[in-house]
Amino acid sequence: MAAPKKSVTKEAGQEKGDGSPPEFTKEQELKALRDMLLIRRFEEKAGQLYGMGAIGGFCHLYIGQEAVVVGMQMTLKKGDQVITGYRDHGHMLACGMDAKGVMAELTGRRGGYSKGKGGSMHMFSVAEHFYGGHGIVGAQVSLGTGLAFANRYRENDFVSLAYFGDGAANQGQVYESFNMAELWKLPVVYVIENNRYAMGTSVTRSSAQTDFSKRGVSFNIPGRQVDGMDVRAVKAAGDEAVAWCRAGKGPYILEMQTYRYRGHSMSDPAKYRTREEVEKVRHEHDPIEQVRNRLLAADVSEQDLKSIDAAVRDIVNAAADFAQHDPEPDPSELYTDVYR
Amino acid sequence: MPIQVLMPALSPTMEKGNLAKWLKKEGEPIKSGDVIAEIETDKATMEVEATDEGTLGKILIPEGTADVAVNTPIATILADGESAADLAKVISPAKQEKAAESAPPAQAKAEAPAPKAEEKVPAAPTAVSEPEPEVPAGTEMITQTIREALRDAMAEEMRRDPDVFLMGEEVAEYQGAYKVSQGLLQEFGARRVIDTPITEHGFAGIGIGAAMAGLKPIVEFMTFNFAMQAMDQLINSAAKTLYMSGGQMGCSIVFRGPNGAAARVAAQHSQDYSSWYSHIPGLKVIAPFSAADYKGLLKAAIRDPNPVIFLENEVLYGHFGEVPKLDDYIVPIGKARVARKGQHVTIISWSNGMTYSLKAADELAKEGIEAEVIDLRTLRPMDTETIVASIQKTGRAVTVEEGWQQSGVGAEVAARIMEHAFDYLDAPVARVSGKDVPMPYAANLEKMALPSVAEVVEAAKAVCYR
Repeated sequence: MAAPKKSVTKEAGQEKGDGSPPEFTKEQELKALRDMLLIRRFEEKAGQLYGMGAIGGFCHLYIGQEAVVVGMQMTLKKGDQVITGYRDHGHMLACGMDAKGVMAELTGRRGGYSKGKGGSMHMFSVAEHFYGGHGIVGAQVSLGTGLAFANRYRENDFVSLAYFGDGAANQGQVYESFNMAELWKLPVVYVIENNRYAMGTSVTRSSAQTDFSKRGVSFNIPGRQVDGMDVRAVKAAGDEAVAWCRAGKGPYILEMQTYRYRGHSMSDPAKYRTREEVEKVRHEHDPIEQVRNRLLAADVSEQDLKSIDAAVRDIVNAAADFAQHDPEPDPSELYTDVYR
Repeated sequence: MPIQVLMPALSPTMEKGNLAKWLKKEGEPIKSGDVIAEIETDKATMEVEATDEGTLGKILIPEGTADVAVNTPIATILADGESAADLAKVISPAKQEKAAESAPPAQAKAEAPAPKAEEKVPAAPTAVSEPEPEVPAGTEMITQTIREALRDAMAEEMRRDPDVFLMGEEVAEYQGAYKVSQGLLQEFGARRVIDTPITEHGFAGIGIGAAMAGLKPIVEFMTFNFAMQAMDQLINSAAKTLYMSGGQMGCSIVFRGPNGAAARVAAQHSQDYSSWYSHIPGLKVIAPFSAADYKGLLKAAIRDPNPVIFLENEVLYGHFGEVPKLDDYIVPIGKARVARKGQHVTIISWSNGMTYSLKAADELAKEGIEAEVIDLRTLRPMDTETIVASIQKTGRAVTVEEGWQQSGVGAEVAARIMEHAFDYLDAPVARVSGKDVPMPYAANLEKMALPSVAEVVEAAKAVCYR
């Protein structure tokens, strides 16, 4: 069993340590830019709609973390499964789910992915192999391990990605799952999105071991720390982890060092960190700006980049429009889908 | 004076066992710790070790004897200096006791005949062995234990559908903590019969995840007491996902294992979770009593596309019943069964509560009260129709459960009767239940904490104003 590898950066937003990740092709850079922009613009719009009262309940935005799901999705093939917690809008868009269906679920309308019955934290798409969207911190880790169990049982070569945060990483069932995943050599990549805060508690105040790539050491699961603000680094590490799993070697842990710009949810007073801390990451390490700058340096015109942004805004505006005009679920839906 | 060796109890619920083999002969010297005999129960074969030193004086129960009650003297050991002549000093052991009289909770159990035993305990005139009304006339019946009925149900479904698999603690190599999965590893292999570590929360989640991916897991909890560790996954993930996904994604999964009081295992291992699970929309909850229902309902549960909580009862595992010998015997989920017909009072129960109920009905009949006994079998969805139809006839009802009264299933049944048959009631509904205390360990207190036949009889007479 390979020893846990440590590479790239110490902490998101800091200077790189041991070398840059492999370069992307221009097509890859453009795709990454477009997919990350879609998430960012979508989340900005969701934040607006929440402020207008069109979205209720809890709404957890993914702004700042876009490189993680976009980079990881680039490592997958059709049929690989994805599961995550409640900060899930970005994952759904990255999986190829329709922005209209996601936004309409946020507004609780019949055209939403769950017919308006799931909301922000509970959306699924069997067609896109997205298994939720789970509101209980850590539950998706066992469930995602179960998806991998199914792959192993069926003797196919699909891999499941189980995303969770630095907060969920302290839940007991995570370690129960690690144990069984390694014991049974299940093809699951545990993607720990370390955005430095479990709700309002920083990792240093909640975690005895803040190097999350080491959380699998006692189960012999290899782990790696990754600059989760650099989509290329994410893709490179993801490729390695997914290949490990596909080869039947068991699970793999990736600690994505990332950062959430917005609050934990829309009602976060953000007393636990300074505005300067947020601004520093935003200005120096923004995952989208990094790609933009590389593309501009590679002679892609500002105009071309603007047209990508405009196309993304059109998708998001259409989704927001749909989500506000689509009717609420029919009252008869109250009693459907309890059993099948 | 010579020392008596008694038939040992190997588990909390063991009442009797077979004396398989003597490993020492009369006259052989014995040291403390020597294995002197092997005994078998329906769960396991175990060795009997001597705890005293001396010479094996006399074998009182020959090898090959079946159904030897716990605490029956099986041999005598002569201490140094004693001879065969001293054997006479031992009070000659009574004839083999009837097994059902040995353990405190046994009194409350349905007595079913063992197949081979010479001295059979007569079968109580219960509905345990009564064939299903839906079974075609002339169907051959086989007598088997509930444990075997469960095993056969799983094996048949695993043969039928390659997506069905069994996971849980000790289900494979140990052959099941209660021997329910005996032989399944041998037939289906380690890919489909999977021993898990002792991590209920984790393996419940893994099972549900596998079900979300389209497999059909059977997850065994060694007992439902330990399923509390997994409660979040059962309810938040298994029960709610279909609804939260707008019908897109659900999970076809069975959680099964023993529920409720066993015997002398105290508060943390003796709890009835019937009402807990029956509270939850999205779950189906099954708690059968007869061997035929155990088989037919487990097969139905495995095929059901929804998450099903299948509550078994450890005390019933070794009980025999008649099971229709059909290729595919399925009992529909959600249908109660009239286990005994009567016109004066309706007794409503399920699982081991049926034991008290059917015996009480026998007692009541002696006093001229004909009780109709309904076995709910499924707690969710509950068969209100069958209950109401009976109340319309009898006008009186008693619910019987081992669980606690507050917010119990009996409370739910009483409320439904009030809602749907109030005008037919001639008396308030009475509830017999487990007492409102954690389960005590002491034998006398444990017996008091559980319902009794006498309490059911008393309640039935009270609602009949007798």
